[in-house]
Amino acid sequence: MMASSYNAKEDGHVTVPGGGTIQNKKPDNTAFKQQRLPAWQPILTAGTVLPAFFVIGLIFIPIGIGLYVTSNNIKEFEIDYTGTDMSSPCFNCSQSFSWNSTRPCTCALPFSLEQPFESNVFMYYGLSNFYQNHRRYVKSRDDSQLNGDTTSLMNPSKECEPYARNEKMPIAPCGAIANSMFNDTLDLYYIDPNGTRIQIPLMKKGIAWWTDKHVKFRNPGGNPNLTSAFQGTTKPINWRKPVYELDTDAENNGFINEDFIVWMRTAALPTFRKLYRIIQKKNNMTPTLPRGNYTLEVTYNYPVRSFEGRKRVILSTISWMGGKNPFLGIAYITVGSVCFFLGVVLLIIHHKYGSRNNTADIPN
Amino acid sequence: MECSQCSVHLGHCAGEENWVDTRTVYIGNKEPPPGAEAYIPQRYPDNRIISSKYTFWNFFPKNLFEQFRRIANFYFLIIFLVQLIIDTPTSPITSGLPLFFVITVTAIKQGYEDWLRHKADNAINQCPVHEVQHGKVIRKQSRKLRVGDVVLIKEDETFPCDLILLSTSREDGTCFVTTASLDGESSHKTYYAVQDTKAFITEEDFDTLQASIECEQPQPDLYKFVGRINIYSDRNEPIARPLGSENLLLRGATLKNTQHIYAVAIYTGMETKMALNYQSKSQKRSAVEKSMNAYLIVYLCILISKALINTVLKYVWQADPDKDEPFYNQKTDTERQRHILIRAFTDFLAFMVLFNYIIPVSMYVTVEMQKFLGSYFIMWDDEMFDEELGERAQVNTSDLNEELGQVEYVFTDKTGTLTENNMEFIECCVDGYVYVPDAICNGQVMPGSTSMDMIDSSPGPGGKESEELFFRALCLCHTVQVKEEETVDGIKMGIHQNKATSFYISSSPDEVALVEGMKRLGFTYLRLKDSHMEILNREDEVERFELLEVLTFDSVRRRMSVIVRSTTGEYYLFCKGADSSIFPRVISGKVEQVKARVEHNAVEGLRTLCVAYRKLSVAQYEETCHLLNSAKLALQDRDRKLAEAYDLIEKDFVLLGATAVEDRLQDKAADTIESLQKAGMKVWVLTGDKMETAAATCYASKLFRRSTQILELTTKRTEEQSLHDVLFDLSKTVLRQHGSMTRDTFSGLSADCVDYGLIIDGATLSAVLKPSQEDSSQGNYKEIFLEICRNCSAVLCCRMAPLQKAQIVKLIKSSPEHPITLAIGDGANDVSMILEAHVGIGIMGKEGRQAARNSDYAIPKFKHLKKMLLVHGHYYYIRISELVQYFFYKNVAFIFPQFLYQFFCGFSQQPLYDTAYLTLYNISFTSLPILLFSLIEQHINMDILKKDPSLYRDIAKNSLLRWPIFIYWTFLGVFDAVVFFFGSYFLFNNSTFTSNGQMFGNWTFGTLVFTVLVFTVTLKLALDTHYWTWINHFVIWGSLLFFVIFSLLWGGIIWPFLNYQRMYYVFIQMLSSGPAWLSIILLIVISLLPDVVKKVICRALWPTTTERIQVGEHTHTHTNTYTHTHTHAHIMHRSTCLHFRTR
Repeated sequence: MMASSYNAKEDGHVTVPGGGTIQNKKPDNTAFKQQRLPAWQPILTAGTVLPAFFVIGLIFIPIGIGLYVTSNNIKEFEIDYTGTDMSSPCFNCSQSFSWNSTRPCTCALPFSLEQPFESNVFMYYGLSNFYQNHRRYVKSRDDSQLNGDTTSLMNPSKECEPYARNEKMPIAPCGAIANSMFNDTLDLYYIDPNGTRIQIPLMKKGIAWWTDKHVKFRNPGGNPNLTSAFQGTTKPINWRKPVYELDTDAENNGFINEDFIVWMRTAALPTFRKLYRIIQKKNNMTPTLPRGNYTLEVTYNYPVRSFEGRKRVILSTISWMGGKNPFLGIAYITVGSVCFFLGVVLLIIHHKYGSRNNTADIPN
Repeated sequence: MECSQCSVHLGHCAGEENWVDTRTVYIGNKEPPPGAEAYIPQRYPDNRIISSKYTFWNFFPKNLFEQFRRIANFYFLIIFLVQLIIDTPTSPITSGLPLFFVITVTAIKQGYEDWLRHKADNAINQCPVHEVQHGKVIRKQSRKLRVGDVVLIKEDETFPCDLILLSTSREDGTCFVTTASLDGESSHKTYYAVQDTKAFITEEDFDTLQASIECEQPQPDLYKFVGRINIYSDRNEPIARPLGSENLLLRGATLKNTQHIYAVAIYTGMETKMALNYQSKSQKRSAVEKSMNAYLIVYLCILISKALINTVLKYVWQADPDKDEPFYNQKTDTERQRHILIRAFTDFLAFMVLFNYIIPVSMYVTVEMQKFLGSYFIMWDDEMFDEELGERAQVNTSDLNEELGQVEYVFTDKTGTLTENNMEFIECCVDGYVYVPDAICNGQVMPGSTSMDMIDSSPGPGGKESEELFFRALCLCHTVQVKEEETVDGIKMGIHQNKATSFYISSSPDEVALVEGMKRLGFTYLRLKDSHMEILNREDEVERFELLEVLTFDSVRRRMSVIVRSTTGEYYLFCKGADSSIFPRVISGKVEQVKARVEHNAVEGLRTLCVAYRKLSVAQYEETCHLLNSAKLALQDRDRKLAEAYDLIEKDFVLLGATAVEDRLQDKAADTIESLQKAGMKVWVLTGDKMETAAATCYASKLFRRSTQILELTTKRTEEQSLHDVLFDLSKTVLRQHGSMTRDTFSGLSADCVDYGLIIDGATLSAVLKPSQEDSSQGNYKEIFLEICRNCSAVLCCRMAPLQKAQIVKLIKSSPEHPITLAIGDGANDVSMILEAHVGIGIMGKEGRQAARNSDYAIPKFKHLKKMLLVHGHYYYIRISELVQYFFYKNVAFIFPQFLYQFFCGFSQQPLYDTAYLTLYNISFTSLPILLFSLIEQHINMDILKKDPSLYRDIAKNSLLRWPIFIYWTFLGVFDAVVFFFGSYFLFNNSTFTSNGQMFGNWTFGTLVFTVLVFTVTLKLALDTHYWTWINHFVIWGSLLFFVIFSLLWGGIIWPFLNYQRMYYVFIQMLSSGPAWLSIILLIVISLLPDVVKKVICRALWPTTTERIQVGEHTHTHTNTYTHTHTHAHIMHRSTCLHFRTR
């Protein structure tokens, strides 16, 4: 050690002052320049990879089983209320739709739950064949307007075209996304065994991302009076009421209305669901939704027939891993098994050929 | 017939004084006296050197133009412009920013280089020169010098332009010049003043000089110049004198050992030979680059077809108006009114833009950086440093690094490359009697002492005379200079008094060896003074010979002559040269004995020269003079005319004897050749030397082994048989053997099979290559010859002219398999072959630096070639091939999910990833790991690569960039992309991801895919890395960390300058979801699994040599040095240090 460090120093002395001499041309003898940096040199052979495969197998299979069981324990109920079928109670509503009808069309769908839903129940509406991820649609919004910027409020971004202005008045909120906001009203009734309809309380708080509600979306100006804050703007064409009348609760009105925020987060795929309401568990004694008969009352405002869309309502419980999704569990089990199987195959290969390679090396 | 033809030609040339190709320069810019030819003022550039490419004003447009001339840059510019013009899915920033970055960096680099050049130019252009004007010396800035100006140059000054030497401070009208900065030759060269102006030695004298110079227009060849000076003295006819390159002082050379000179400028500024030589040589492209371009075309096709498919599908899908324009997603009026074809075309362009990242800008940048930075490892290599010369390897172009790993044919020069070019006089043979200088008395030889050893019986009475004539001939017939300054030193140092006080310098080491040998035999060449050569003979008397003419050496004639007049007034023509060029011209002398001795020596591997003389009568001498002068005065075709004149003069010789000089093999030359052959390269030796000498060298350097069966294709054989028969005979022999050899290769026993060595000489070669029309069967000679060569393990081509060397290289290059060739040489005669071959390597040898200057790489010694090819070449090749494949792979994996996403978003060109991700993926998230990998990866230890040359075969024929491998990588990319996309799809499809029931949107979907992508692609590289230094760890884990930190930051703030906030909290929300983590891990594992399995299984079942060695090395490391190398790295370091030192 001493010798080498001394040597290095001496080298340095010779090279530095000897400018322009022959010594100067001598390359530095450093590990990097001589490509001799100390290095770990792993090689993927059957022998080294084998344990990794077994370990992956042994870890993945239990995770997969866990995920699968969890997913199976989640209760989910789905009901389609599009009303394309003659027999459907919503058939009339779906047929007689017009944008400017003043009287809302309502329909009621009875259904029954075979099993009680124990914990909090999340109520989703789902749309199919609805291209929220269409490029023209995705970009048709003005984020600075939604963030409460007053200049953008009066001058919506060009991206919002053709939903930026209506008869010279700026639209708030502008754009195709806002304009096509889902506006069916869904109510849930429990028919208790003696026939009385009990409305189930639906909570509309907490359905949007916290950061969206509190940071990304903001009402314009510091004005607590939303009506005057939105003065000079007009409502989106398809809406029945202006944005400041979405809710009576001031904390859930205007741009920070949670239904609106949820809708504004464009879905990734043409078949999607969005969180509508949360049914909170009352106490430990009774299930949130006991088994029995229910009625879903729909105020049918949203037309999907023109593009062959479907509308449905989903009731689901949630675990730590989210909603029902057997795919992840199955995938984990499959990959784990494949790894395990490959591990066995490699073990055989290793035994059969590994030794042969080594013996072949020795004469070399 | 031949004679009449050339004389006709001569007359034709002399009559046609072509004024376009010559220029007339009036010395001192004085008008010629009346009666001379009409004064035609010609315009010449001033003496400003402009090596810079740009000026301050045109830098911006010109540089941009230059940059966008490159196809890749132009492509990206088009994409960028398309993005600006049409409504595209991604903002123009995504492609504009990388392009801007690349262009700016390149522009800054080129601008800086140009600024440096400007500075250097200014320094040169403003440096003062002394001009002689009206009898006075005026200081002037160099750039103001004009053609025709007479300048005064002092010692150690550099010539400001190309000058004709008029007079010098030395009496004999010579001056010494070093051209070190021009061609690297540091030896002093002698230049001669024009005889008739020699006497003009003061400024005033030049005021009276009236002369004009006619010379050719400037041409770049440094060693060629023809011209004529006409001196007008009062009323007489002007005296015309020839001017040659010995009168021309080149810009850039420096005056040495001469107080001052006067000279006249003839070429100035950009017309000087130095400036003309700035022009870069043609670019060589490597095989890897060619495959890369082929891949690019494939990817361009993929890109276009993707865009086309999507455009077509879009319009099929949109046929239903409710899908095209559902109530929730209306078009603007302007969009509706646009014509369908325009809409379709813009859609096509938009898809192109969306998918354009599949051909990344950054690949070019990374490849260039890899090549540029990687080439430093060659320069830094300690093992390629030569202590003796004090030189390290040089890289003149970094474009060909990887080509060093692909070489199939090595063409090497013999003298100076395989051998030391350090000549030692061994013996001489006069009339069959052999003289060997006594080695023991080396350096202590006293004149007159019997310092020679007669092997044969002492010469007869007549022998003494011819013996002395022979010695005198050797003392006179050369161009050796005596370095004089050493005399002074020698006197000062008392110790050296007895020793030689002067030493000889020459461009040819053979001559020095001969003159020194003569000194040891008693005849010392003293100096050349006033055109008289002085010799100290055995009796310690000085003999003086007037040197009348020197017929310089050239490689075509392969001989040189001098014409001298002795003090007794006899004219002698002494000639020395290769035996083949002397013997046919000999008419008397003991030819048989000398021939026998020459052949004997040649077999021993000695370089032989024959010496002959011819006594000239006065009439003959005058005729000779006339011949020479008329040839020298010619402006056109002077070289050819000189050659013809030489041919006429050098004849009717009397043979004196022969000399033998030994050229030792270079250190480890045999070992290097053996390694190259084991590595599957065919080594050809191309030399101008005699067949026997060359063959002996080949045996010594193990090119031919004792077991090698030699096939001869020489003039000797073709004299006996027709060329046709010889060729067919040989090919039959070779092919028969070849058939059995392939069978042997299968059984693995080919190692010591009979191999063939071919010897061919220049004359036969030109016969083989000569295209002939009359006989169709002759046209096949080339192919038969190639067929024979292909089956020979070694080929020796002797008696080669420089151009033939290049011809051979070209022949092999253009053979059907298009093998990669490498040429290595050290002399000017190798330049043509170095330029012709795919890779040209110069050896910094004794014969000047021309080869090194024209080469792609220059190394100090032949033995360094081994490391250069087997280690550096191998590394560069595997590095760059992985780099190229990986780049395509990672961009397929990047873009293919976007393609798939189009099927789920109504073909609306919706990008899957956020703009920032699109931009930064190639620039920062995945760029550094692959760059560093491609700089420091070592799949096998360096020492093993050197020890086992056969590993080189594993990468032969561009094996890592073949189509199957490329397709494998592409499919791997597609597979990974499918896994990313559909994995995420099934997870997202209709399901909740969070434990609070909230839903994710499309940007989370894209971010999930992107996260998996970045991790997979980086880990894939990690799996491919065989050499994990701290740098690799730092860069790989660092990039992943950077990606995470960037994503956190990018989504963590409402960015005030952006008009969208779509990424706000997306990444953080995703990470807060358990299933997202689980699916990221799962998808990464699935994507990497097949590649790992493929690798492991291939390695176990069909291991390549490389892989077998790796495993062997690995187990070896495990058992013996694992703890040393890994746990205690510094101990390992010490041991390597010690290892180095012991070496």
